[in-house]
Amino acid sequence: MSTVADSGLKRPGSLQKNPRLSQWLRVRGDGTVLVFIGKVEIGQGILTALAQIAAEELGVAPERIRMVPADTAVSPDEGVTSGSLSIQDSGTALRRACAHARALLLERAAARLRVSTGDLRVEDGAVQAASRSTSFWECADDALLDVEVDETAALKSPRDYRLVGKSVPRLDLPDKIAGQPRFIQDMALPGMLYGRVVRPPHGFAALTSLDDGKVKAMPGVVAVMSDGGFVGVIAEREEVAISAQRALRRAASWKDAAPLPQDVYAWLKEHAVEHRVISEKADAEARSRATKTLEASYAKPYISHAPIGPSCAIAQFQGDKLLVWSHSQGIFNLRRDLAIALGMREDAIVVRHAEGSGCYGHNGADDVALDAALLARAAGGRPVQVQWMRDDEFAWAPCGPAMALTLSASLASDGSIVNWQHELWSNGHSGRPGRSDSPALVAAWHLARPFKRPAAINIPLPAGAADRNAIPLYDIPSQRIVNHYVREMPVRTSALRSLGAYANVFAIESFMDELAEAAGFDPVEYRLRHLKDPRAHAVIESVARRASWRDWTPGESRGHGIAFAKYKNLGAYCAVVAEVEVDREVRVKRLLLAVDVGLIINPDGVINQIEGGAIQSTSWTLKEQVKLDERGIASLGWEDYPVLKFSEVPAVEVELINRPELPSVGAGEAAQGPTGAAIANAVAHALGLRVRELPLTHERIAAAISQSM
Amino acid sequence: MTQRFRLTVNGVPAEVEAGADTPLLYALRNDLGLKGTRFGCGSGQCGACFVLIEGHAAPACDTPLWSAAGKEITTVEGLGKGGSLHPLQQAFLAEQAAQCGYCASGILISAAALLAMNPRPTESEVRAALDRNLCRCGSHNRMVRAVLRASAQPNS
Repeated sequence: MSTVADSGLKRPGSLQKNPRLSQWLRVRGDGTVLVFIGKVEIGQGILTALAQIAAEELGVAPERIRMVPADTAVSPDEGVTSGSLSIQDSGTALRRACAHARALLLERAAARLRVSTGDLRVEDGAVQAASRSTSFWECADDALLDVEVDETAALKSPRDYRLVGKSVPRLDLPDKIAGQPRFIQDMALPGMLYGRVVRPPHGFAALTSLDDGKVKAMPGVVAVMSDGGFVGVIAEREEVAISAQRALRRAASWKDAAPLPQDVYAWLKEHAVEHRVISEKADAEARSRATKTLEASYAKPYISHAPIGPSCAIAQFQGDKLLVWSHSQGIFNLRRDLAIALGMREDAIVVRHAEGSGCYGHNGADDVALDAALLARAAGGRPVQVQWMRDDEFAWAPCGPAMALTLSASLASDGSIVNWQHELWSNGHSGRPGRSDSPALVAAWHLARPFKRPAAINIPLPAGAADRNAIPLYDIPSQRIVNHYVREMPVRTSALRSLGAYANVFAIESFMDELAEAAGFDPVEYRLRHLKDPRAHAVIESVARRASWRDWTPGESRGHGIAFAKYKNLGAYCAVVAEVEVDREVRVKRLLLAVDVGLIINPDGVINQIEGGAIQSTSWTLKEQVKLDERGIASLGWEDYPVLKFSEVPAVEVELINRPELPSVGAGEAAQGPTGAAIANAVAHALGLRVRELPLTHERIAAAISQSM
Repeated sequence: MTQRFRLTVNGVPAEVEAGADTPLLYALRNDLGLKGTRFGCGSGQCGACFVLIEGHAAPACDTPLWSAAGKEITTVEGLGKGGSLHPLQQAFLAEQAAQCGYCASGILISAAALLAMNPRPTESEVRAALDRNLCRCGSHNRMVRAVLRASAQPNS
């Protein structure tokens, strides 16, 4: 039999790197199924969705499925849990693996019962033929599944789905709602010590002196450790570690750090070192029809991931081996960078995933694991738990990069867009571990023999990073899109949910409204005129209908706005209508969203992700900006970094358009771009003038008003 | 200097030996093993560590042991009675009112304090009562619906 592997074609999803069935499944004699995945739960509900897929394709009750937490010792390496790819990567692989496993189990059952597979009746793993019976649980052994996944094994038809497409409740929520230990922060290992790290007050300043005598003498302090500019403490009790951290801060002197740029957007434009044209279409005839040209510049500040639970890790040396528990999104990549930083072999380190607070991208999860490992060296074999304090997280976790954007477009006399230009300036959007010879872990840069701090990079298109969603989905005959990459990083940057898509969609969709106005068109109508894709039409038309877009009643200070994006130009379609009131502050009253993620695995799971994405984007758009002073990040607590509060959260109404015949794509990052843009358009509609720099605070609006007068 | 403090947590007397300024949070989590109360900011600004002290929602990160001694403290683990979940917790599950869930304990505590004072709150009263709690995943509306659902239960 010819397989995809023989033909040299790429295997689907994560089977490419993990082709063996036994890497994914173990069917046990006790009637349960162990499912091994390399993707991790970060509050997005992926464990539940993947369990549904496994149970569906195996044809067994979901209660039989045991999702094994990712662990470098036993799990398939599925890279990073990011980019809304888990259903595509892991779900596709798991579906194929389970289909093959079911076929193998049925073959063996048929052989045992001496009938053909067509004569078997199968229900929840129980197999019957005539008066004889067996079960998956009797037929399974590890050798049976120790084969390459045959991805030609017949898949269940979506028409026959019983579990996929149902809103199965989240498997992890009962513990979390009952307050039972579930998070890495809740783990308590025998003999565990508590660690904290002291970092320079600003930027990447070097340590000049450390007078740690008093701290070492504090009762309960086990050790103070310093290695170059890496300074930390371990203690028997957590509050003692925290007091010691404060005392060490007073006992340490640091060099002044290099000053930060005052005008970040101008600085980015001056410091770009690569200028990549990512899309170019030249149509001289179309351009010759231009009668009007508009240009506008937009800006998005540094945004903090700001998880409610600061990052945490546990590390323990067992002889020459190192065990690490982490809520990293990429445990294999973390292991690689830990090995470099610690001068260890990768196979001497095991990284186990344990759930943490929501991360929203690359926060301090990986960094704190190296902190814990370094401190564990002084712990005599005892485990060390380190949780960053609130200011550690704000100051040292990477930020979502600031971006400057300039768009221009020309319109023909009929209002259609005949030429489009989009230029963006940004640092890289990926500074994750596993991608450089130097560890992407903050402590590694401060050691006595420091590693070089790697610059954040951009994942190439079509997914893209800074340029994610920079190429408009609109049908424009002539266009030029340029990504200006800035390598030097005054502020450490890395992946924040949706990467560059948030700023690019904000700019494109704001500009579309500006063009629609210049052309004398309704914003909905104008978008539809420039879109060919029927799925794009469907989400826009659906959300406009539900919002009664054409029946809008004007009112003082009220406005509505629409925006649309197809995430990465590859993934989910999402259209948003925002309704706002603007007085002193912007109040978003209601968000309506229509979303198409292909085949829906878990409708309530998708809705939860879309609601969350829309609300988080509302917070970014109205409030969030990392404050910088001349030496570093000045937003060190919630008072300096306000986020949306319960009383400020809009009503959110989500409509899903199911496409059972089309592949599933992720939902976690679909809403952020269009939500921000829809709010900006609604604010422009309410005010009659446009604010092009985020966030849309009272100060920005007042400045825009005064400039317009 | 450590001292011995007597606390009443979830109706059970407990003793903790620690410094007098030790935040209640660490006594609950690390001495009594009640990990549902969580560290978020250390300064009472996010609500992740809220517990009920004499029925009022208060930040355990910012409450020194000396001031908690002798008081009735309820943590998220103690909200339910007789081994079953509190109606609020049942409603949170029914509404699937969480994403990462890290903030959930503190929000349940604020909601429990609200319902004890005001058993039939309006939606805007619920939102106002939860304004001291931060949620970063965007589960706010589900949580508000869950509180309203619980408040409509006969025995809440």
